[in-house]
Amino acid sequence: MRRGRDPAAPRWTIHLFWAPAMALFVVFFAIPTLQALQYALTDWDGYSADFNNVGAQNFVRVLTGDSLFRNALINNAKFLLVVLIVQTVLSLILAMALIRNTRTSILLRALYFFPTILSSVSVAFIWKFVYDPAFGLANGVLSALTSLLQMLGLDVAAPTLNYLGNDATAIYWVALAQCWAHIGQMMVVFVAGLQQVPRELYEAAALDGAGALNRFIHVTLPQTAPALTIVVAYTTIQSFKAFDLILGMSGIPPKQSMDILSTRIYTTFTNNEYGYAAAQSLVFMVVIAAVTFVQRRGLSRLGREDG
Amino acid sequence: MLRFGRGLLLVLYTLIIAVPLALVVFGSVKTQQEMFASPFAPTLSPNFEGYRTVLGSGGLGQAFLNSTVITATSVTLTLIIASLAAFALARVRSWLAAVVYSVLILGMAVPAQANMIPQRVLFEVLNLLDTRIGLVLINIVVTLPVAVFILTAFMRSLPRELFEAAAIDGAGDMRTFAWIVIPLSLPSLAATAIFLFVMHWNDLLYPLLFIQSPDKRTLPLALLGFQGEFLTNYPLLFSGIVVASLPLVVAYIFLQRYFVEGMTAGAGK
Repeated sequence: MRRGRDPAAPRWTIHLFWAPAMALFVVFFAIPTLQALQYALTDWDGYSADFNNVGAQNFVRVLTGDSLFRNALINNAKFLLVVLIVQTVLSLILAMALIRNTRTSILLRALYFFPTILSSVSVAFIWKFVYDPAFGLANGVLSALTSLLQMLGLDVAAPTLNYLGNDATAIYWVALAQCWAHIGQMMVVFVAGLQQVPRELYEAAALDGAGALNRFIHVTLPQTAPALTIVVAYTTIQSFKAFDLILGMSGIPPKQSMDILSTRIYTTFTNNEYGYAAAQSLVFMVVIAAVTFVQRRGLSRLGREDG
Repeated sequence: MLRFGRGLLLVLYTLIIAVPLALVVFGSVKTQQEMFASPFAPTLSPNFEGYRTVLGSGGLGQAFLNSTVITATSVTLTLIIASLAAFALARVRSWLAAVVYSVLILGMAVPAQANMIPQRVLFEVLNLLDTRIGLVLINIVVTLPVAVFILTAFMRSLPRELFEAAAIDGAGDMRTFAWIVIPLSLPSLAATAIFLFVMHWNDLLYPLLFIQSPDKRTLPLALLGFQGEFLTNYPLLFSGIVVASLPLVVAYIFLQRYFVEGMTAGAGK
């Protein structure tokens, strides 16, 4: 078909409209991404003029010989798991509690969403204070609860937890800070999803004699499948890039107990192992893609079975 | 029972969100002695020494200025470049448009860590390291894919007849874009602008990678520096948090709807 005959058809100059976006994207994003592949096969340190091609050696090292990378991978998995469970469950419950557009609900939704807009460095500092073992909020609340129980005549001692100072559990506490920041955001996604559920479905279920729990399992859950898919995808991506939060809570370089993949790659990079860091970053990308893929398969199956 | 549970849950969660935030504000106007003596009670004699310190010797005054200039420029340019592309992608249905769209959208799936090292090398070659222009450029590049994604989705929902009628009336593409599509896309542009504002204002990674001079630091980078400097000087840390968050908070109060929309649409980034 020849252009120009149809007066409604766009002129060829329309292609100029995406030229700036494409040019910037190709030069500063796409090509560097491909270059990372090239770097990953070298031992370049970032400043020397010469470097050696080392083939797949970097990848072998990432996958088999790097205990720091494996530590970061495990931490990241723990972090992701806690955030996925706590954040998804709590945001769904809060969404159900605040589904109606009453004045109070709208106000509370706005409040719960608020931490999302803060920078992760700010969130990290707030939670460093919460977790401060000497005079932080968490231990303050614990000791207040204990004295309450003691007044009731129970013989309990106030536990003082060390939170971030305890290497075995630090990453879980960081995960809770991440939840605090993003539960409100995911709640909003669920509210939007739940408000689309036709009321008749609930009414029909109630007529059939379904109790609250049954209504939740057979009506609410299947109907939230699309929102759930979005929440899981967002939460996963955010958990892999919780870079600022970790640096804010743990410093540079982060302690091993709180190191996750994104911070690990950054540390490798600052140690001038450009080639090796590039290899790590590609493995990182594959890990994210694999996790996302598995989740999508699982969730679409869930949606099919129930809906 | 269910109603009681709901009430209890909401009261508890409201406390979980509000108490730490309130303590930050209270703590920012305390002296360190007051902080140690009673970390949770509000002080009766507010003291703004913390703010004076972070804005002056803490470097947040300069950082605030840098963040404002860099964010405003980045958001404006990203919006212009992305909406131009989105318009063309909504208007043209051809294999070329499909390729351009897919390539741009694929960018959303690439984590920052995957290309940050070659990007830094490239910026070094171009003498863009440690410059504010360099930060603006990288901000535009990394948020373009999401911005194009949101705006294209919106502009594709506009009726095709609109474009065609304008073309038949003799309006060029530029005029259709500027006088018809942009005014109609204002809600979507506002949500995208807010999303970009939050992303650019809060970003830590690229300033950390690209900026060395203290006088070019952005707010999150300067704030992160407090980690070592003021380790557990909470009044100072809290003053820093308030300063770094203030524009976001003010904007959130007035433009809440766009925050929710924009940050939900872009949350996958």
